[in-house]
Amino acid sequence: MIGVGKIKQYSNVLDKPLSKGKQEVSLSAFAFLFSELVQYNQTQVDNIAELERRLEDAGYAVGARVLELLCHRDKGNRRETRLLGILSFVHSTVWKVLFGKVADSLEKGTEHEDEYMISEKELLVNRFISIPKDMGTFNCGAFVAGIVRGVLDSAGFPAVVTAHFVPVEGQQRPRTTILIKFAEEVLRREARLG
Amino acid sequence: MDTNDSLRVASLWHSMHAISQQLSPTTGCSGIELLEADTFDLHCFQSLTGTKFFVVCEPGTQHMESLLKVIYELYTDYVLKNPFYEMEMPIRCELFDINLSQAVQKDRVAMLGR
Repeated sequence: MIGVGKIKQYSNVLDKPLSKGKQEVSLSAFAFLFSELVQYNQTQVDNIAELERRLEDAGYAVGARVLELLCHRDKGNRRETRLLGILSFVHSTVWKVLFGKVADSLEKGTEHEDEYMISEKELLVNRFISIPKDMGTFNCGAFVAGIVRGVLDSAGFPAVVTAHFVPVEGQQRPRTTILIKFAEEVLRREARLG
Repeated sequence: MDTNDSLRVASLWHSMHAISQQLSPTTGCSGIELLEADTFDLHCFQSLTGTKFFVVCEPGTQHMESLLKVIYELYTDYVLKNPFYEMEMPIRCELFDINLSQAVQKDRVAMLGR
């Protein structure tokens, strides 16, 4: 047969090198899949807070796996131990792999020491979604907040992560901010490390 | 025009469209595409699934078919991919409205330029 021949056969599937994977996925396919995810969860819950929590849990599972994959594939199995290190990892590498671009901005909260914010003009998952008026402040970006929480938790930086709409003057659509609030132990460890 | 009126017009148009398919003297007719009246023109676009988009405009307006195709694309993007939209319900999607008015605006500007 033409084409078959030069593929090296690995006796153990674990020895096979990790493929780069498909770099591009159809946006429409993802949008429909995500829309179904939200709709399915809507049928299972009674209120909006519960829906947000479910989306976050779904994202958490993705985050944990993405961290493992990226640590092996992109960072040569190096582990981040510093706060700024893991934050910039999330802000650039994770965002680049998941959404095709780095996040718009990473800021430190002014009011509290343990708060950091990743901002995005419009989250990819929210591109085609219009929240009806009666759902208030619900944000499907809770899924992305879950992903970030999954990455941080698995990397040893437990945090509470939420997604918020922040209105911007002069623009019709509000921008989205992922608010990361680190646990006490993370800050103490960070202070110890100097 | 409030929601009830639009629903009435839409159902009326749906019935007329279906009847016209039967009435046509030629075989293989797919329904009314253009309705010309004294004070307005009505262009209709039917998708492969049977969903009909119609636009009412001034008599003699050009390039409505391309506008209808653009609107069809906006529909598939901002309405069908919205998890909070129920099928067959009136469309209340903010993004769809914003992009729709932008498309109509762009078309109007382009028409003035021609």
